Amino acid sequence: MSNNIYIPYVMVVDKITVEAPGVKTLRLRFQNEEEGNKFEFKAGNFAEYSAFGEGECTFCIASAPTRKGYIECTFRKAGRVTSGLDRLEEGMTMGVRAPLGNSFPLDEWKGKNLVFVAGGIALPPMRAVIDNVLDRRDEFGDVTIVYGAKTVNDLVYKEELKEWEERPDVNLFATVDPGGETPDWKGKVGFTPNVLGEVAPSSDNAIAIVCGPPIMIKFTFPVLEKLGFKDENIYTTLENRMKCGIGKCGRCNVGPMFVCKDGPVFSKVQLNALPPEF
Amino acid sequence: MERLIIKSDQIHTWLAKIIETVPRVLAPVKTGSKAEFKEIKDAGSVAYDVITTTSSVKASAFPNTETLFAYEKQGTDTKIYDVAEENFLDTVIWRARPCDAVGFGPLTKIFNWDYKDKLYNERFSRLVVVSFACDKADGCCFCTSVGGGPGNTAGSDIMLTKINDKETLVEVLTDKGQKLIDLCKDCFTKADDSIDKESVLAKIPVRFTREQIHEKLAKSFESPIWKAQSERCLGCGACAFVCPTCACFDIQEGAHGNHGRRVRCWDSCGFTLFTQHTSGHNPRPTQATRWRQRVMHKFSYMPDRLDIYGCTGCGRCSRACPVDMNIAEHLTNIANNE
Repeated sequence: MSNNIYIPYVMVVDKITVEAPGVKTLRLRFQNEEEGNKFEFKAGNFAEYSAFGEGECTFCIASAPTRKGYIECTFRKAGRVTSGLDRLEEGMTMGVRAPLGNSFPLDEWKGKNLVFVAGGIALPPMRAVIDNVLDRRDEFGDVTIVYGAKTVNDLVYKEELKEWEERPDVNLFATVDPGGETPDWKGKVGFTPNVLGEVAPSSDNAIAIVCGPPIMIKFTFPVLEKLGFKDENIYTTLENRMKCGIGKCGRCNVGPMFVCKDGPVFSKVQLNALPPEF
Repeated sequence: MERLIIKSDQIHTWLAKIIETVPRVLAPVKTGSKAEFKEIKDAGSVAYDVITTTSSVKASAFPNTETLFAYEKQGTDTKIYDVAEENFLDTVIWRARPCDAVGFGPLTKIFNWDYKDKLYNERFSRLVVVSFACDKADGCCFCTSVGGGPGNTAGSDIMLTKINDKETLVEVLTDKGQKLIDLCKDCFTKADDSIDKESVLAKIPVRFTREQIHEKLAKSFESPIWKAQSERCLGCGACAFVCPTCACFDIQEGAHGNHGRRVRCWDSCGFTLFTQHTSGHNPRPTQATRWRQRVMHKFSYMPDRLDIYGCTGCGRCSRACPVDMNIAEHLTNIANNE
């Protein structure tokens, strides 16, 4: 019997990066090179990652499709499966079912200015888009990133933040919640939505991509509206609990829309039409 | 479609042939005063004096618990083993009810929504459904309100209708059904055109239509009716487990040392943990929101997305509910809700 959709790819953990307390990035390569060569995905797609012996959990693929030969999974150790992922060592194998779900409409955004707003552990899903955009830099206008975390220590992708900071073609505004700063912190202090309001990126010919905890999203939308962003130019990626990731297990739906099949990427216009069930 | 007659005393001669030939025959078997579908080895063990079994027959294609694949950790490597062909058995479902047979329709759509679920399809394709039309119904039955009926042939391969004590009408509906008939050709004679099946069927009143419910649900997301109807719901999930169309499942791990299986088990939208995030956030935090999901999924989301309703009117959820929530009553209220 072939085509059993529940069988994951076996992938090898090539590199482990500790990003922040409890947060790690696993760089994964296909054990079977042929499978790896055939594998394609888009920024926004998610994966079901499995630690054999513990189960599966759902995260957006954190690396860009333009960075070939591997995918990356960034996660915070929280429950049984992520604790299992946390115990993996370089060279060990794990399971991945991917790519699943829809993706960000990057091709529709050509020539536009992009404003990324991310909070905490929500930078990873957005980083796939950011790196993808930076790898196709000529196709897009200004790139502005507003990224906030509770404390300096909680900021993820510290190396990449430095790179983005140094790039003349990226406007990075990293911020930490009041009280989360260190004496040598040179970034902003304040909650992400407030910093976004301060930075006030223009909404002219611009797309905003927002990803973060529900509370951050709730306070970010009005700021974007004030800046003149229309709902059709605001995108986010929803995270609901999933098991199958392919529209069958029945738990991730928001009204009639299944986050796993119709999402995880939704425009604000689509969100407005959905019942408050996420 | 062919219409045949079998003499009542020949039915078990035919069933004995089926049991002899087919690897697995499932039929209602008494468990106390109730009955459940079980594998039978003897025609005499079939329970005919119950309206329906407590659980539906969906487990024949979608088992309560099934292995999705097995694996073995070998040092840093992991070896994966697919489900073996031997796990899928040719199966006859004997004495299903019309509401059991139509239940495979929604299941098949869910398990084939874009991604084809081979495990379900392998099992379902090996089923032959022999239904018995209903000459009796109880107060929980409402098939006629959801597009079905006591003699509805949809989803069945063969349908038997007891015309009188001596004779039973046999409607052969598919090639799979014909193959079962061929096992005992001498048992059957041609049916007279004058035989009227309708006259012997149970009378089940139409209380509402599916379309009425669908239309009402479009405006009912914020209705107070969900809280009112679910006030006594315990969130036990019994309704989902006995339902012929509930397909929601969980994926769990069964591991011992280096060996393990990834396992699919039935789940229910009535459980708190069904949608609860690791952070503790729950998009459906109350029993009212979970009850709404149950009704909405079956009567709004499924028709909108899969072009099929997720209810066959078998009434099992009402019979199984420990606090007597009656879905037909609740649906009637929704249909009449302003």
